[in-house]
Amino acid sequence: MKHIVILGNGISGITAARHIRKHSNHRITVISGETEHFFSRTALMYIYMGHMKYEHTKPYEDHFWGKNRIELKKAWVSRIEFDKKELVLVGEAPLTYDILILAVGSEPNRFSWPGQDLEGVQGLYSYQDLEKMEVYTHGIKRGVIVGGGLIGVEMAEMLLSRGIEVTLLVREESYWNHVLPTEESALVTRHIQEHSIDLRLNRELAEIRPDSSGKKVGSIVTTNGETIECQFVCLSVGVHPFIRILADTALETDRGILVNEYLETNLPDVYAIGDCAQHRQPPAGRKAVEQIWYTGRIMGETVARTICGSRTTYTPGIFFNSAKFFDIEYQTYGEVTVPLPDDTDTFYWEHSNGRVALRINYKKGSGAVVGFNALGLRLRHEVCDRWIKEGRSINDALAHLREVHFDPEFFRRYEEEIVQAYNSSQSEHVVLQRGKKSFFSRLFS
Amino acid sequence: MNKIQRIGLGLFIIGFLVWIATLTMGKFTLTDQVLKDNLKPEHYEQLHSSLAPMLNKTYDTPFGFNKDLSHTIEQVNEGYKVQNQMDKVINDSYAFALTKAASHGYIRDSNLLLFWASIGLSIVGALIYILAGLRKLPGNKNDNIYHNPATSRGWVGIIIGTFLILFYIVIYFFPQYIVNWTLLVDPLSRVLSGTPAGQWFLYGTLYTLAILVMGVRMLIKYRHNRYQQVRTVSVMFFQLSFAFIIAEILISLSLPYYDFKNMWPLDYDFFFEWHLDSLTSSGQLGLFMLVWGIALFTIGVPLFTYLYGKRWYCSWVCGCGGLAETLGDPYRQLSDKSLKAWKVERYMVYGVLVFVVVMTAMVLYTYFTGQSNIGPISSYSVRSIYGFWIGALFSGVVGVGFYPLMGNRVWCRYGCPLAAYIGIVQRFKSRFRITTNGGQCISCGNCSTYCEMGIDVRWYAQRGQDVVRASCVGCGICSAVCPRGVLNLENAEPGSRVMIAPEVLMGNDMPVIKTQARTTGSQN
Ligand SMILES: Cc1cc2nc3c(=O)[nH]c(=O)nc-3n(C[C@H](O)[C@H](O)[C@H](O)COP(=O)(O)OP(=O)(O)OC[C@H]3O[C@@H](n4cnc5c(N)ncnc54)[C@H](O)[C@@H]3O)c2cc1C
Ligand code: SF4
Ligand code: SF4
Repeated sequence: MKHIVILGNGISGITAARHIRKHSNHRITVISGETEHFFSRTALMYIYMGHMKYEHTKPYEDHFWGKNRIELKKAWVSRIEFDKKELVLVGEAPLTYDILILAVGSEPNRFSWPGQDLEGVQGLYSYQDLEKMEVYTHGIKRGVIVGGGLIGVEMAEMLLSRGIEVTLLVREESYWNHVLPTEESALVTRHIQEHSIDLRLNRELAEIRPDSSGKKVGSIVTTNGETIECQFVCLSVGVHPFIRILADTALETDRGILVNEYLETNLPDVYAIGDCAQHRQPPAGRKAVEQIWYTGRIMGETVARTICGSRTTYTPGIFFNSAKFFDIEYQTYGEVTVPLPDDTDTFYWEHSNGRVALRINYKKGSGAVVGFNALGLRLRHEVCDRWIKEGRSINDALAHLREVHFDPEFFRRYEEEIVQAYNSSQSEHVVLQRGKKSFFSRLFS
Repeated sequence: MNKIQRIGLGLFIIGFLVWIATLTMGKFTLTDQVLKDNLKPEHYEQLHSSLAPMLNKTYDTPFGFNKDLSHTIEQVNEGYKVQNQMDKVINDSYAFALTKAASHGYIRDSNLLLFWASIGLSIVGALIYILAGLRKLPGNKNDNIYHNPATSRGWVGIIIGTFLILFYIVIYFFPQYIVNWTLLVDPLSRVLSGTPAGQWFLYGTLYTLAILVMGVRMLIKYRHNRYQQVRTVSVMFFQLSFAFIIAEILISLSLPYYDFKNMWPLDYDFFFEWHLDSLTSSGQLGLFMLVWGIALFTIGVPLFTYLYGKRWYCSWVCGCGGLAETLGDPYRQLSDKSLKAWKVERYMVYGVLVFVVVMTAMVLYTYFTGQSNIGPISSYSVRSIYGFWIGALFSGVVGVGFYPLMGNRVWCRYGCPLAAYIGIVQRFKSRFRITTNGGQCISCGNCSTYCEMGIDVRWYAQRGQDVVRASCVGCGICSAVCPRGVLNLENAEPGSRVMIAPEVLMGNDMPVIKTQARTTGSQN
């Protein structure tokens, strides 16, 4: 029996722990300085908005850990002595390991803006950030959010829920347009503005200025020279691996902790997973550092297998992801890249209400579908995944569009409209299949 | 809260306070005529001389009136007991009927006006408050639910809960004190059934109004979600027509009161002899009612639950479900999600199911054999125990009174024997399941938090297993609040339900190997 220490109790560390327990009897210790128990970081916004309390964001009840013999330790690790296989803890005795899994996650980026250390300037990543935000946004009038990514929109929604006015500074000329194609980006941009957000495009932050106290934020200045009064500034300009404590050790790092396809680092018995891992050879269609919930989960499962004796390569399948921009859900499957690659064609449909859209990208010659973007529409993961893997042709995919639909019953169906739109742009026409079922059997299903 | 909402809330509160104030408005005077009209002739003979001191005396409150009344009747009964004349003891409760008949004064003269000034004003205020929700863009709006003392077990919630509990206790056990409220709805009762309102008509009216008004709230809150809208219109319709209007019209036609959508074992007295007798003595329609009532739970439940799941009844048709899904919607997040609660739930709800089956068997035995006792136990005492503890205390006082404290499905989850029965069908033989969408779940917990049945939906979603649970009422809220489009209520071949989590979740292409889990890797 070995002592496996996992540093970080986020989705990747916890998944690793759970799966190691499933496959083995090793002693498992999970350390984190952030919270005692695993909680869902993705739900931080809902705590602030009063949809949930912190307890609700814990995916497992507190008794789960004891029952599964997963020891939890709430402490910060200040240094790791890899040669002694020892973790140095703040205010506690050091801890030795036989195998170490680093799952330390990320921290928000800061770009040495003047005034970024003032009170009321922060990012949102950890539970402590949320507590700070609670304090600094109390009773304020306006907050400025710097950065137009997914977290930026979440922050805007959070502030809005408390009746705080929001200015959102976006460097690009349209929201998130290096990830979303023009039309989707425009749709989301409109939706953000609909929520009475003061969205300022083509703007960057130049400086943060204090208020009369000299300690707290009072306003910001953009690179265009505009001054915006505000009492809170949120920096949401991306995150980077939280690996400061690993500097000047034998562990090889770059932006993140470098790992091979087995998630092994350059040191024996040391693995890295989740947000903090940087893949030396990323799998096809994947980035070297991917800060996504489910990739952390997959890495956790993979490393557990390797540690428990069946060395397994990290193989995330077809890319997928999802997000929500205020009231509009967004799902993506496969590759929908910006700009559109030369060998790829695209079909885009948008409902006249401007809130629902579907894009399907496909290879030029074969017509094989390679990616889906859906806004305000739910798609079935299993079907998208299968179609992309099979290289299902766009015509065939559209003919069977009903299968991909995942909206709840009684929701407006858009298949006919979508296929019509496609047909009007093509010479070869697609006939929408009724689906396998007859009217009678659908009546009873 | 914006200005319109404040106005709405203000009007609602004024109406509510007027309604409370009406309790103090009547005067009560017992007359010989009232006694003659309301007492059985033999009781009139027994009581009228003892009640003589009360006659033509005017009381300002129903409390003083009832104190003297019950005191007198008790004394008379006491006398019989001393003389060992037990057959003369008066067990009938005349409190409500006499109080109502004795009431007069402003409230009786102006009941229509007062109805509008109280209940009517509250409805208008509530609707204004609710309609103001249209100013928000459509979408899930659960902001500040846990900051609001009304919806997070705060002081407002406790006050509302206390009020509801008191209301139920009074309606069930002390209706004589709220005679004035029944006067307010007398005009409506006369229109519908041609008779003055009793406490149950008052209750039915308020119940229906609550479902309608709060149903409008659901329609607006979920105007982006057709499933929620259709389902809400359905419960509003069934309550208004089946439970309220049709049932009252039956009374006006001197037919037995009958709610065509209610069924045994929720309707636990269906097989009581007074009920069977009233059906069998009401001709063709009575017989139809009898057959219909039996067919509902013997054929309707298995068939529709097989096709659509428990939801066809619990969140589309049922009156208790209807109230839970409308009036109770603001409290759904307060249900207990712990594993422990699930264990308690199973013992309790199946316990009640066993109880009602045993009780009904005893009742039928008595009906057919005429013998009240089975061994040492009397079927009459069993039914009165059930009626008091389950029928009144559990389903009413706790079931609704605890909305703001334990969530809106306390009765449905822990107590309803019909839900237990339908749940068994749903769990083992149904096309219904909640599909989880591949690997999209981010474990945020919205679904579990807003599941009124306390199902830990996330536990299924994050492991890619379909939600197949006896207790799921198919309200669809988990699917509505999921920010990642993970959950979908669906019907398909029963065998296609994913009952065991896939070894490797979709999106992860690592090879599947068969491993032996050495410990319980799962929570539930
Ligand atoms: C607000 C927000 C919303 C998000 N929404 C989504 C989303 O919708 N979908 C999605 O796919 N992804 C989302 N993400 C990203 C996703 O949450 C992360 O990719 C994921 O949580 C990373 O998990 P992890 O286990 O790798 O690291 P983490 O969850 O960051 O866990 C690492 C833990 O290790 C602890 N730790 C680090 N160093 C030390 C040390 N020295 N000593 C002690 N403890 C230490 C940290 O405190 C932390 O608790 C979101 C992120 C945020 C912040
Ligand atoms: S609400 Fe959706 S994403 Fe969140 S835990 Fe439930 S299923 Fe998962
Ligand atoms: S699991 Fe979903 S549909 Fe079922 S009762 Fe809970 S919230 Fe409603």
